[in-house]
Amino acid sequence: MNDLLTGIETAFHLILAVDPQVFDIAIRTLQITFSSVLISTIIAIPLGSAITFREFPGKKTLISLIQTLYALPTVIVGLLCYMLLSRSGPLGDLKWLFTPNGMIFGQTILIIPIMAGLTIAALQAIDPIITDTIKSLGATRLQFLKSHLKEARFAIMAAIIVGFSRAISEVGTAIMIGGNIKGHTRVLTTAISLQTSMGNFNLSLALGIILLAIALIINLGMGFVQNR
Amino acid sequence: MIGRLSIGIIALVLGAMLLCGAVSAEKVDTLGEHSKDRLLIATTTSLDATKLLDLLEEKFKEETGVTVEHVAVGTGMALEIASNCDADVVMVHDRVAEDKFIDEGFGVDRRVIAYNYFLLVGPENDPAKVAGLNGTEAFMAIEEAGAEDPSIVFVSRGDNSGTHSREKLLWKWGGYDYADVNVSPWYREAGAGMGQTLTMADELQGYTLSDSASWGTYESNLSLVPLVENDDKFLNVYAVMRVNDEKCPDVNTEMAKKWENYMISDEVQEILQNYGVEKNGVPYFSPGRGSAEIMGVTVEETTDPVV
Repeated sequence: MNDLLTGIETAFHLILAVDPQVFDIAIRTLQITFSSVLISTIIAIPLGSAITFREFPGKKTLISLIQTLYALPTVIVGLLCYMLLSRSGPLGDLKWLFTPNGMIFGQTILIIPIMAGLTIAALQAIDPIITDTIKSLGATRLQFLKSHLKEARFAIMAAIIVGFSRAISEVGTAIMIGGNIKGHTRVLTTAISLQTSMGNFNLSLALGIILLAIALIINLGMGFVQNR
Repeated sequence: MIGRLSIGIIALVLGAMLLCGAVSAEKVDTLGEHSKDRLLIATTTSLDATKLLDLLEEKFKEETGVTVEHVAVGTGMALEIASNCDADVVMVHDRVAEDKFIDEGFGVDRRVIAYNYFLLVGPENDPAKVAGLNGTEAFMAIEEAGAEDPSIVFVSRGDNSGTHSREKLLWKWGGYDYADVNVSPWYREAGAGMGQTLTMADELQGYTLSDSASWGTYESNLSLVPLVENDDKFLNVYAVMRVNDEKCPDVNTEMAKKWENYMISDEVQEILQNYGVEKNGVPYFSPGRGSAEIMGVTVEETTDPVV
């Protein structure tokens, strides 16, 4: 109990005092997470739409496969990306191992399945009557797609939020690809993991509270947008 | 109308995220590549946990302008990273693994920078009665007592680190087969770093082997006490090597050599002499220079500049 209380106290202290090191880590976390969410959004939403609206053999299997990948362990993504990005690996020339770029790469791979899968679910949930109406009104393909995305916008927003949440909270990929280098690839989760391993439970807890506070702000922002 | 508005807002948010992403992408890009001005070290955790490397990196940067960064992992992982050509320098403490790394052609220009001792730490009541024994005897005592008393626990790093590898050697020196020890009911493999392993040993009131620098860093959070110290068999030698540019053409050889020379320089050796005294009472490491005989290495390995 004591640890818990002091943890909360430490968190407020770090936030109010704008601890430069913690601030730096928080900003880096946001940069990396936003970048991977952005890239994943650009890939996953069109991908999800294409899968939903096109008929092709193996479609159901592909959707099941995407849904299976929701369970992709972060450390496996980390390991695969490590082997890809290592200088002795196929993408070694990028020199992205132990860099923020590598972390964005890994997180993007991690959250694309979940964002694409939730996009598919969002689009499939649209009332078929609406689909028929849009079709009967003679919509072009682009108009058709636009109106569907508009119809499913809340659910797609939720897909983005879930992707963001998974990216900001994961530690497996970040630590394997980033290497938790101070001032370079250390993000909130890897800092928490490090502090925990060093027995500094208060500080870990404080960093966790900061991470949740950031997530809360982002979610409130999104919720505000949705309510308008 | 409301629909159009929210679409607009969604677009705005996405736009803002795009901007954020673009800005950050630009920012991280400058940090993205290994350049001639960046040196990456794969290091054992004790040099990191004591914050020694942070200090030395800062000083090195002031003198050379080169940004040095390190990934703190166990010795086994550090050598693995380096043999994939993903680091320029390794700093480790496991002679057997180092020799293998050198024999395979990956490690060159090994220099010995410092040493300290491992300690066997355990619960104050010392159920296996190891206090006062020498290193090997203490391990034998734990094995024997563990077989009879179910309350006795030994927590192992179990992560192929330098400390884990010494622990395996100690079992061997005690006359045991590690494969048997490994499956004993009193033996717990943590598969974790030193800090976590010490915390686990503390919770379980068990014994564990720790390097003295990590122990000095974590000790204040723990109820365990050192039971066997300063034993010959507990000698712990830290070395630095650069990654062979014949195997890994992309490594920053020039700076790697400078870093190695910096490690054996007067400046660093003097820093080591006192490093940790303020916090720990005694230094975390003893400088390598002048102690070649104690460490069982050649004098050249502690003094000869890398050219």
